[in-house]
Amino acid sequence: MSTATHSLPRTIGAHVVLLTYTVIALFPVIIVIMNSFKSRAAIFGAPLAPPTPNTFDLIGYTTVIGQGDFIHYFQNSLVVTVASLFFVLLFGAMAAFALSEYRFRGNSLMGLYLALGIMIPIRLATVAILQLMVMSGLVNTLTALILVYTAQGLPLAVFILSEFMKQVSDDLKNAGRIDGLSEYTIFFRLVLPLVRPSMATVAVFTMIPIWNDLWFPLILAPSEETKTVTLGAQLFLGQFVTNWNAILAALSLAIMPVLILYVIFSRQLIRGITSGAVK
Amino acid sequence: MGSLNIENVKKAFGPVEVLKGINLEVTDGEFVVFVGPSGCGKSTLLRVIAGLEDSTSGRVVIDGADVSATPPAKRGIAMVFQTYALYPHLTVKNNMGLGLKQAGTPAAEIDRRIGIASSMLSLEPYLARRPAELSGGQRQRVAIGRAVVREPKLFLFDEPLSNLDAALRVNTRLEIAQLHRRLKATMIYVTHDQVEAMTLADKIVVLNAGKIEQIGGPMELYNSPANEFVAGFIGSPKMNFVDGARLGETAKTIGVRPEHLTVDAKSGAWMGTVVHAEHLGADTNLYLDCEKAGLITVRIFGVYNAEPGATLYATPDPARTYRFGADGKVLK
Repeated sequence: MSTATHSLPRTIGAHVVLLTYTVIALFPVIIVIMNSFKSRAAIFGAPLAPPTPNTFDLIGYTTVIGQGDFIHYFQNSLVVTVASLFFVLLFGAMAAFALSEYRFRGNSLMGLYLALGIMIPIRLATVAILQLMVMSGLVNTLTALILVYTAQGLPLAVFILSEFMKQVSDDLKNAGRIDGLSEYTIFFRLVLPLVRPSMATVAVFTMIPIWNDLWFPLILAPSEETKTVTLGAQLFLGQFVTNWNAILAALSLAIMPVLILYVIFSRQLIRGITSGAVK
Repeated sequence: MGSLNIENVKKAFGPVEVLKGINLEVTDGEFVVFVGPSGCGKSTLLRVIAGLEDSTSGRVVIDGADVSATPPAKRGIAMVFQTYALYPHLTVKNNMGLGLKQAGTPAAEIDRRIGIASSMLSLEPYLARRPAELSGGQRQRVAIGRAVVREPKLFLFDEPLSNLDAALRVNTRLEIAQLHRRLKATMIYVTHDQVEAMTLADKIVVLNAGKIEQIGGPMELYNSPANEFVAGFIGSPKMNFVDGARLGETAKTIGVRPEHLTVDAKSGAWMGTVVHAEHLGADTNLYLDCEKAGLITVRIFGVYNAEPGATLYATPDPARTYRFGADGKVLK
């Protein structure tokens, strides 16, 4: 082992810093999951203690599954997240391709316009969006949420993807043109596979705020039919009594799907973040 | 079946004029090399021929048909790129066959053509591999193979050897020359390397700043360059240019190639000091700082021992001395 690049104190120091950060980051999540398996008395008695045989209780989970239509809420969340993600990636990548590939009048203005949304929070336009949805009869539909989230995710997607698309070799695209591939085939078959890591990065950045959002489901789709998980969990938050067991169980369950999606994307994500830094 | 006419082609990117009116005629079966310093517009001209860039004005005619508005795939051309530009997700075989598949060629015919091309370029063992599993030289051969299977009217090469190392460059150059002899196809080749231009071309087109400086065979350009730019660009080491006034000549500039100078230790036209000597075995390059002519290069065939600091006399061959006027053109 060479000592030029690895010194023991430094290695220990780095690990201490990283482990501390990991503990801080995971602490709230672990508290939520731990307490979701405890009885109500135990949650308040010893909130930091892990469940023991005495305090172990699945009451939260049985309430969540028994009461309300939680499976249905999950479905709604999943449909909204996956559909929005799909449209953000599709339209974001297409816009990014156009901006990076074609020379046209107003190209950089258009790029600026599309990126402007990063700086202006979409929630400022809530009233206008609600009026629009009411007029077009989309209130209390998942379509309303998908449209809003697609609009919300596009600016960042266009901004990140157009940078990556510029790095795809021009020769490769031109070779495709000479071989008679259409612009769509060039985009889907040649360019998209090469920017896959950056697509995963965008996917993660887009997915998490959508899954966790409470604002738009509450305003645009609060009906029983279209409730998402985050909104559904509010069911247990009463004005006078709050069913903490059920809320903690619902939140623990809500982590799962987004965690699975994250694991799928993260293998690409590492490459997305480091690409360009190392050849 | 593979002629090309370029008529007054101009290309501007915004206010920057890259091609300033190019006229060129290429006959069937010719190997034409576009050569020039970087930024002279040679690659842009090739892309205009390929249809990857639209010209601002002018016509591109392939085989008598005006293709100015035809998409690249329908022009009957094939192109080899500097960066190979192979499809990373396809095998060598599918890389070569994709263009034909897009054009709706029957599978049996595609296989036949891939068979011929791969044996010509000794690519048979690699047909099932992906580009990532090939070396640089093999990748460029696949790229050439991809062009060959299309049986185009016109082959276009965009600096195909620039990414290869020196030894491989010589080999691949030879392969391209053999390919041209065997296929008897029209080829257009872009390079900034005048050695490639001299060794491969039937006809060289020297470009500078978006204009054609001279068109001619390699020896024609070497022996009778039209102007100072071509004289300096063709030939290595570069031609020596001496201010005419310093030599008491009427011409603005006097040019003499390093190989057309002789040196003598005792007497000669220009007295100078040896600054540096490069011994290459087959020949020796001497750099002399002359009183009259300034810093000049002399190329001597064989070994010549000269220490830096020694005094030598260089004499130009009067029959092979070029005289250039104030406008850079050769004076007859």
